[in-house]
Amino acid sequence: MAITSIKNLKEFSTVNERFEGAHLLCPGCAHSMIVRELMNATDDNLVIATNTGCLEVSTAVYPYTSWDTSWIHIGFENAASAISGAEAMYKARKRKGTLKDPDAPVKFVAFGGDGSTYDIGFQWLSGAIERGHDFTYICLDNENYANTGGQRSSSTPIGAHTSTAQAGRVSYGKKQKKKDMIAIMAAHGAPYVAQLAPNKWKIMAKGFQKALETEGPCFINTVSACTTEWKFNPKDTIHLTDLATDTLMFPVYEIINGTELNILYRPKNVLPVEEYLAAQGRYKHLFKPENKHVIEKIQKEIDAKWEYLQRREEARV
Amino acid sequence: MAEKVELNEIEVWDGNYAVSQALRQAQIDVVAAYPITPSTPIVENYGSYVANGLVDGEFVMVESEHAAMSACVGAAAAGGRVATATSSQGFMLMIEVLYQASGMRVPLVLTVVNRAVASPLNVQGDHGDMYAGRDSGWVQIDAFNAQEAYDLTLCAFKIGEDMRVRLPVMVHQDGFLTSHTAQNVRPLQDEEAYKFVGDYKPYEEMLDFTKAVTYGAQTEENWHFEHKAKQHKALFDSAKVIDEVFAEFKKLTGREYKRVESYMMEDAEVAIVALGSSVETVRYAAEQLREEGIKAGVVAPRCFRPFPFDEIKEALANVKSVAVLDRSAPMGAMGALFNEVSSALYTLENRPFVTNYIYGLGGRDFSIEQAKTILKEQKANADADDITTNIQQFIGVRGPKLGFFETKRS
Repeated sequence: MAITSIKNLKEFSTVNERFEGAHLLCPGCAHSMIVRELMNATDDNLVIATNTGCLEVSTAVYPYTSWDTSWIHIGFENAASAISGAEAMYKARKRKGTLKDPDAPVKFVAFGGDGSTYDIGFQWLSGAIERGHDFTYICLDNENYANTGGQRSSSTPIGAHTSTAQAGRVSYGKKQKKKDMIAIMAAHGAPYVAQLAPNKWKIMAKGFQKALETEGPCFINTVSACTTEWKFNPKDTIHLTDLATDTLMFPVYEIINGTELNILYRPKNVLPVEEYLAAQGRYKHLFKPENKHVIEKIQKEIDAKWEYLQRREEARV
Repeated sequence: MAEKVELNEIEVWDGNYAVSQALRQAQIDVVAAYPITPSTPIVENYGSYVANGLVDGEFVMVESEHAAMSACVGAAAAGGRVATATSSQGFMLMIEVLYQASGMRVPLVLTVVNRAVASPLNVQGDHGDMYAGRDSGWVQIDAFNAQEAYDLTLCAFKIGEDMRVRLPVMVHQDGFLTSHTAQNVRPLQDEEAYKFVGDYKPYEEMLDFTKAVTYGAQTEENWHFEHKAKQHKALFDSAKVIDEVFAEFKKLTGREYKRVESYMMEDAEVAIVALGSSVETVRYAAEQLREEGIKAGVVAPRCFRPFPFDEIKEALANVKSVAVLDRSAPMGAMGALFNEVSSALYTLENRPFVTNYIYGLGGRDFSIEQAKTILKEQKANADADDITTNIQQFIGVRGPKLGFFETKRS
């Protein structure tokens, strides 16, 4: 794989025009930034499977497609299985000599939202990682079922308002903690697992390249700020993501072979989580006096997680 | 290159083993599967071919049947030969992806060892799973014994992969009755079998990087109807290719298959329409009744989808009374096969009486005596020029006689 320039964002963003700008994603949606960055991170041919979700319904509405590459969508839960099948077919045909161009370099990638990754497609993903297919799975984590209008997922953080875990007179929103998919995927023994954010685009590009270069199943959780359901101004997507990484709500780190943890971004000034929460409508209710304890709880958990990650990094476990 | 296997002119194989040998000979690129009774041995046998270098393809043991069919679709879109096997609950779990496979027009072969659908849980053969696939857009071909399971599995690849069809194909056989019953099977030698099936011809494949392809797009009210209409037409049009493939197979082996198999129908006054292993039972019963002077015959749809509407009509045009047997719980309706056969017969000038028998659910034995009773009841209808029984009856179930509807033609 030829490493494309990652020094200049403007240049980098146009290296490989394989994801058409004309699509139906919301203005300000981070999905397209992440997808473009992945596709620009390699010169290799791509076979991409995508679960049903915002990305899929916005990029392949017949008779149009935004994908200038091999692309397949089957259902909500099974992109990991679809890419498993395609990767297996590649191996079989390479061995048998039936590929049109057997030397063409190719990478297999699957995209899913947090609905299909954390919830409905969890088993399919787990199976594909366990079987060891050579592919990279990228979760576009916007912490809710945005495609169907903003329902809770198991990735939705505690305290967030969604249409199925609402904040109201007697409720502060979602009661449960966000599922730790990074730990779960690392526990599968995947050779490369990471959490990346599009505001830290150089780190993200390097992480994508590392995953694509790594033989075997890799998992990357990406923070994808959702202007529609998180409720912030579409022009502020990157600013909001800066707040996510600088408050350590979304720590940026990688785990290699399930054990070697490296923190990839250390904020110079760690911001209090209130700044991140206050910038989004979905957390508005937390600033009522009766919900103050929830913010405290969130901050406490962020601090504990950060300490845990640092301890693991230091101990090399 | 996979090692060849020398086969005897006559092998003693059960239905599962016959299918696994056909899969081996077809030199499949990807088998993605999840085992389930009674089709498990197909996957196990194939696993032994993998372990012993008898196949070159990839064998992906996934974590569920839904994933199995999903991986098959991904593999098929990547431009190679694909197959899997399942039964019953596994089939039900696959159903979502069955529709997606046919909607994307990817050819692949699913061998279904028919088994009842829970609840109550039951591992024995009935046609509940086969019937659940009938709107899924697949070609569905039914084998009545192990030889046919072998033959039709080879034919299935050739049918589905034909450029005029490009649809997935199911080959059905009855759980245990066929899948686990050892019978004499005359196989083709490896080279002959592969030559018949032919090389896979990739089309709009994801591994040809000179051309981008999008599989599984979205269409709403603006285009969905046109897509589904074209798919439906393609399924009906596959009948011609099925006939051609059957003709080519006959040339090669002498074994003849038709989309509707008629037995002793030339002068039949009464008939049974049935699917699966019962066809052989019913044929035997009809032979016996002929000795008693009842002109009985048997009509069996070899092809469940595309439904052979004209051929069924033609096969039953001259009978006076016909019993349609459904081996699936009809649940508040007439049996599905009954409904489809009746609709095919409706435009006949002298249409026969049509009755419906529900039998053999959950693997309940179906006897020659029961088949004879059914034919005798048809004879009584013919003689009385009226339906003398309930239109729908359950046969072989415990308790008082269970029947529904008495509407008479007059």
